[in-house]
Amino acid sequence: MKMNRRRFLLGTTVIGGGLLLGYAVTRPPRQSLANRDHAQAGQTFLTTWLRIDPDNQVTVVVPHSEMGQGVLTSLPMMAADEMDADWDLVRVEQAPATDLFANGVLIKGFAMSMGLSVPAFLDRTVDFATLKAAEIMNMQITGGSSSVRFTGEMGMRAAGAAAREMLINAAAAQWNVAARECDARNSYVHHEASGRSASFGELASAAAEFEPPRNPILKTPDRFTLMGTAVPRVDIPAKVDGTAMYGIDARPDGMLYAAVTTAPVFGGKLVRVDNVAAIMQRRGVQRVIELDDAVAVVADNYWRASEALKQLQPVFTGTEFDSTNSSDIFAQFDAALDNGERNEDVKAGDAKQAFDSAAETITASYRVPYLAHAAMEPMNCTVHFNNGRCDVWTGTQDNLGIRGRVASIAELNENDVTVHPFYLGGGFGRRLPQSTNTIDQATRIASYFDVPVQTLWSREEDTRQDYYRPAVSSRFRAGLDANGQLVAWENVYVGKNEPAEAAHIAYQVPNQQIEYVESPTHIPFGAWRSVAHSQHSFFLESFTDELAWHAGQDPLQYRLSLLRDKPRHSRVLQEAAARAGWATPVAEGRARGIALQESFGSIVAEVAEVSLTEAGEVRVEKVVCAIDCGRVVNPDTAASQVESGIIYGLTATMYGQISIENGRVKESNFHDYEMLRLAESPEIEVILLESDDAPIGGLGEPATPPISAAVTNAVYALTGQRVRELPLQNYRFLPPPTEAVENV
Amino acid sequence: MIELNVNGNTRQLDIESDMPLLWALRNELGLTGTKFGCGIAACGACTVHVDGQPVRSCVTPVSAVQNNRITTIEGLAVDAAGNRALTAVQQAWISHQVPQCGYCQSGMIMAVSALLTENPNPDADTINSSISNVCRCGTYPRVSKAIQALIADNAADDGPRAQGESV
Repeated sequence: MKMNRRRFLLGTTVIGGGLLLGYAVTRPPRQSLANRDHAQAGQTFLTTWLRIDPDNQVTVVVPHSEMGQGVLTSLPMMAADEMDADWDLVRVEQAPATDLFANGVLIKGFAMSMGLSVPAFLDRTVDFATLKAAEIMNMQITGGSSSVRFTGEMGMRAAGAAAREMLINAAAAQWNVAARECDARNSYVHHEASGRSASFGELASAAAEFEPPRNPILKTPDRFTLMGTAVPRVDIPAKVDGTAMYGIDARPDGMLYAAVTTAPVFGGKLVRVDNVAAIMQRRGVQRVIELDDAVAVVADNYWRASEALKQLQPVFTGTEFDSTNSSDIFAQFDAALDNGERNEDVKAGDAKQAFDSAAETITASYRVPYLAHAAMEPMNCTVHFNNGRCDVWTGTQDNLGIRGRVASIAELNENDVTVHPFYLGGGFGRRLPQSTNTIDQATRIASYFDVPVQTLWSREEDTRQDYYRPAVSSRFRAGLDANGQLVAWENVYVGKNEPAEAAHIAYQVPNQQIEYVESPTHIPFGAWRSVAHSQHSFFLESFTDELAWHAGQDPLQYRLSLLRDKPRHSRVLQEAAARAGWATPVAEGRARGIALQESFGSIVAEVAEVSLTEAGEVRVEKVVCAIDCGRVVNPDTAASQVESGIIYGLTATMYGQISIENGRVKESNFHDYEMLRLAESPEIEVILLESDDAPIGGLGEPATPPISAAVTNAVYALTGQRVRELPLQNYRFLPPPTEAVENV
Repeated sequence: MIELNVNGNTRQLDIESDMPLLWALRNELGLTGTKFGCGIAACGACTVHVDGQPVRSCVTPVSAVQNNRITTIEGLAVDAAGNRALTAVQQAWISHQVPQCGYCQSGMIMAVSALLTENPNPDADTINSSISNVCRCGTYPRVSKAIQALIADNAADDGPRAQGESV
């Protein structure tokens, strides 16, 4: 059956009185995107939305959440640039969590109505046997450093370019001239020869009569007007005067507040609550709600709910993990690494043979603890059940995912659940749908009321009921030949990686055996900024540093010698080192360390310069970061994401430690789960590098992974002490040149 | 009854005397610009001004501030005539593109405003000890640059000038 694209457009034309160009983009020009089509099978199309109002205002509807990364600015920049819209006439909206903006639902529905024939603009992008891609797209996920490089590159730019062509076609038809004689600038279409011009707003409805071009022509970078410039973020003014609204700020009429405590040992269940009657006597308390593994107090003020909860006496079941401590978990990991079944990650050459004939082998083991996300806005969700429908107010990294989650718990049709998106007070993976215990609780709690109920976790609950960055142990063995050349690399670690390439090395080593063992624990884990890269970069780059020192080589030169076929990796190392003054002597009492990691499509090198306090604590004085992200859309937001990623990783390096004691999390709040603050924040220099022909890379996460090893490698250079376990707060170092001792 | 003077308005509230100011602001007065971060005065997200001094409202009972002038982030950006007018600190926050997620920034701006009003030219140690607010997005490098720019402006203005108060 032939696809009628007009039908697709008409279905979405009358929104808010304006013209809505909904465009499911696929097949951007082969010359620029072939790589990504292959590299990201199943993810090469996204729907983007441009609305043109008669007053010539262009509204870009962004299907991602703003959590500080600047997505409400960068994506509209990409669409507006391709469209040649006047930035002053561009408005931004967060996509609502409805079917209209659910890419997958739209595409799937469209495909079904076509009798499963493949519309030309969707071919190669949807597996119609399984509709897998459509399911993947049934989300509005913000994560994986994906917004700009996927939605922006695949969707926003093509949508803008398509709109531009349609507007030009409309003008040309109106003026009875050739489209090629017309041009678009600053939200107007011009015909220079006749001096005629018309605004986008005037042309919009006529433009909708044209089919969106199958392969809209994207601009070459030399023609960009917005992309590559430091456009100020659209969300910042509201974030300096208190008007920005986060989920916690939702105030629907008549709202009540719920405070919750969940079984402290993961997997525990609520048995009973002993003093409900007494608690109900407290001022403002409306109800005590017993959930499967938690208990909530609902009151007319959060403080009243929270104070009442502190007096509540819930009894939880014991679990088989009630005496498990962090040391038991690491012992379990060691046993698994000793004897567990090994799963292949990377196999190259013949590592066994290479080790058998190696002149020398070097081994080292590393480990990192669990980490909480500690987003500044404690987890919360407001839910209102009303006449068989449900409203949800929350800040989430996936509005549609949350809608589905609430609908499933509430046993409602998804279309009867309305999610109201808010700014996120920090995401970092914590607000992904996989980590939805707050959402589940909020839905169940609100189901007892006909008024809205805001379920808000205390900081203690947030710290102790997270989906943690997993604790991981990793062991290495390197084989050197008679010349000291690295010929074999063996690495075995705990837990399958996400992303899968986190433990892969960029270095040229002919024989590699990288494997993992599974060793599940009862601690829930989830995505934490940069996911598995955060720990593996520490492992890989610490061990590489050990090999460099063992070889008696400069750590930078050693790395470069193993990267002769990797010009982009070499370049970031060289640029970071040059700016950091690597070749020049460091100030007395200081030392530098370097580390490298590629993640989420970007390649990052960081040089840290450290000193010691009088108490022997590490102080990070300065960090230089060079990042090759292919192409930069907004250099200022790019730099701030890099700064942010470094500070986030530095907190983990210096302080990050979630300890398990008697099956539960010991730390509870910022006094014992410390964060880096202004006083410890180093000077940071960011070098943004571009690579022609390289796909655009992510920025939200890639700066986080290398910082741990950059710092601990500097600590080694300064003290001679190799840090193989984080965080640094557990160490006191003696000043050089005396050998450092651990003082824990 | 508890009487609070918030952003120039006097409000009578039928609330407990030990209710923290934060929850009176957020839950009773609908002033949601002041944020809850930790509840133990460890992060500074809830910072407000009490008679111009920075106070962590999550541990300040309303009984302790009944006779004082309370200013929240909503009241900072208002001039004497009641019109919206960003302070120099808020403007610096925009020009240096400081906020990311923005959640901690109300408290950060209140803390910096109080500091620079008190001391238009603080040294690094003073800044570091006064601004202990937690920002998980790591906006500290930009917070530093914005503060330094404000200090430079103060010097250029030929004498100290209130940063935290609208003129």
